[in-house]
Amino acid sequence: MDMMVLVQVLESTMRLATPLLFACLAGLISERAGVFDIGLEGKMLVAAFMAASIAFVSGNVWIGVVAAVGVSVLMSLMHGLASITFRGNQLISGVAINFLAAGITVVIAQNWFRQGGRTPSLSGNARMARIDLPFAEALRDVPVIGPIYHGILSGHALLVYVALLCVPLTWFMLFRTRFGLRLRAVGENPAAVDTAGVSVVGLRYAAVAICGVLCGLAGAYLSTGLSAGFVKDMTAGRGFIALAAMIFAKWRPWHALGAVFLFGLLEAVANRFQNIDILGVNLPVQAMQALPYILTVVILAGFVGKAIPPRAGGAAYVKEH
Amino acid sequence: MTRSHKFAGAASLLALSAGMAHADPALMFDLGGKFDKSFNEAAYNGAERWREETGGSYREIEMQAAAQRVQFARRLAEAGSNPVVVMGFQNAPTLEEVAPDYPDTSFVLIDAVVDLPNVRSVIFAEHEGSYLVGMLAAMANETGTVSFVGGMEIPLIAAFACGYAQGAKAVNPDINVIVNYTGDTPAAWNDPVRGGEIARAQISQGSDVVFAAAGGTGLGVLQAAEDAGVFSIGVDSNQNYLHPGSVLTSMLKLVDQAVYDAFTDGPGLETGVVQMNLAAGGVGYALDEHNEHLISDEMQEAVEAAKAAIIAGELSVHDYREDSACPAF
Repeated sequence: MDMMVLVQVLESTMRLATPLLFACLAGLISERAGVFDIGLEGKMLVAAFMAASIAFVSGNVWIGVVAAVGVSVLMSLMHGLASITFRGNQLISGVAINFLAAGITVVIAQNWFRQGGRTPSLSGNARMARIDLPFAEALRDVPVIGPIYHGILSGHALLVYVALLCVPLTWFMLFRTRFGLRLRAVGENPAAVDTAGVSVVGLRYAAVAICGVLCGLAGAYLSTGLSAGFVKDMTAGRGFIALAAMIFAKWRPWHALGAVFLFGLLEAVANRFQNIDILGVNLPVQAMQALPYILTVVILAGFVGKAIPPRAGGAAYVKEH
Repeated sequence: MTRSHKFAGAASLLALSAGMAHADPALMFDLGGKFDKSFNEAAYNGAERWREETGGSYREIEMQAAAQRVQFARRLAEAGSNPVVVMGFQNAPTLEEVAPDYPDTSFVLIDAVVDLPNVRSVIFAEHEGSYLVGMLAAMANETGTVSFVGGMEIPLIAAFACGYAQGAKAVNPDINVIVNYTGDTPAAWNDPVRGGEIARAQISQGSDVVFAAAGGTGLGVLQAAEDAGVFSIGVDSNQNYLHPGSVLTSMLKLVDQAVYDAFTDGPGLETGVVQMNLAAGGVGYALDEHNEHLISDEMQEAVEAAKAAIIAGELSVHDYREDSACPAF
């Protein structure tokens, strides 16, 4: 029985960690290139809305995903235009994107669907199907491997596996390719990159575009994979949790995976165990639900140690001083 | 006073008296929003029914943040609307502040009691309606476990949970009732992702009937129940049509009737506390073409018998709000 509970909580963790993982990697790539992005939340929200509405209209979830990625990249490029080309403040640009997203999604949804700022419920092909991994049924009753493979890993939407795959891809891109080296250099010392004759602006735009793609996937998963439709403010702070996870992971992809799983696990535990007796004291529901946020503060304040962001992060590159 | 001033004064007096003469009723929705498919939408439907039947017109206002409560209630009263219907228990302090300033305006508060001479407080016996759907849940149940997803852990929602648990245990004393809440901020009424995840956790614990009393969050709960092939129970409005065959029934709270009555009674309506209980037809369970094949004749007989007993006073359902305790937990 206890084993079953563990498997179910971990399975729920997989689902809840996926949007965080996409968003966390998105922020990581953008910030590694020296562009701070607190607009992750807003981009996810717009993508969630786009995915749900286009999937509803077309009846095909993947067209919705493409639209979500498209609109999210567009928002990213707006951020890029403001903060790279026009050298505006990156934080302010990010906040603006969050506000814009919160308002525009509800207004457009109301205009299109007249359901009070939500999209109609999705069904059938307009939702992401769950995928059973090969041999999942056959391995079901094998001890240890069975519960892990069949219970936890198998039976999620495709994007869950894409998110997991993005971790080694991000690592490989950042640390094993020439593009990644330049990307990191542009976040640490853009002047050196410029001296070497590589375009700082081009690299930073590439980074925010990748960030947009990943945020688009995060939002699409939220509205078409995790739930069946868009409602206002449905990201519910997940973009900010992803930022916290990114700092917790100190801008490293594999550590990011660990961090988002921790946050996902905390949320899953809070959903599952709402009243826990610890040493005869009954912890109320509110305490359990505040746990992820309390731990965020505790972890960031106490356990991370010194998290040093990329040195040129937050500042626009100016050629001549 | 110059002539133009006099003219302006006369015009504004005219405008004011014109506003008074029409005195359109007004409806102020709570944070869940007009189209939450539940509590606020029921109010909207009641107002629309009134509009269609009488040909009258009414003002409505939706707020975006809790800070707007007092401001918007004042705005409606200032504009000469009468009566002003205000939705939601969280607006009790709003009316305590606003209503004394407009003694000639009648206010109607849905879901809480404010003791002022120009306020009608409409409260519903949610525990009685929840008792009936709890019985239906236990009769449809096969696993020995049913569950409940609430929005916030507040006395109103706990009354739903407590009535539900009492009804379920009246049918099957050994039944296990899981009670979970979505959150402790207003976002808890609009987070279908978390609602669905909580419902999945309950279903994995063996629940095969999930009752949601959580506003927009409930849509995620109902969806998760359908995906898992188990029953769900809707709330406030009739939600049977959302997932036919999966929604076992809905706990009806006739908010639309309360709004309709208030609009019909018009300015100067009778104030005081209005009890919308089973006897008054204010709560109940939904039976329509979407769920009639799910509710067998025996189930219906048992529920109708309990309903008659509650109305006759032979069966009393404990209300959590009386003493903040529930005998069935």
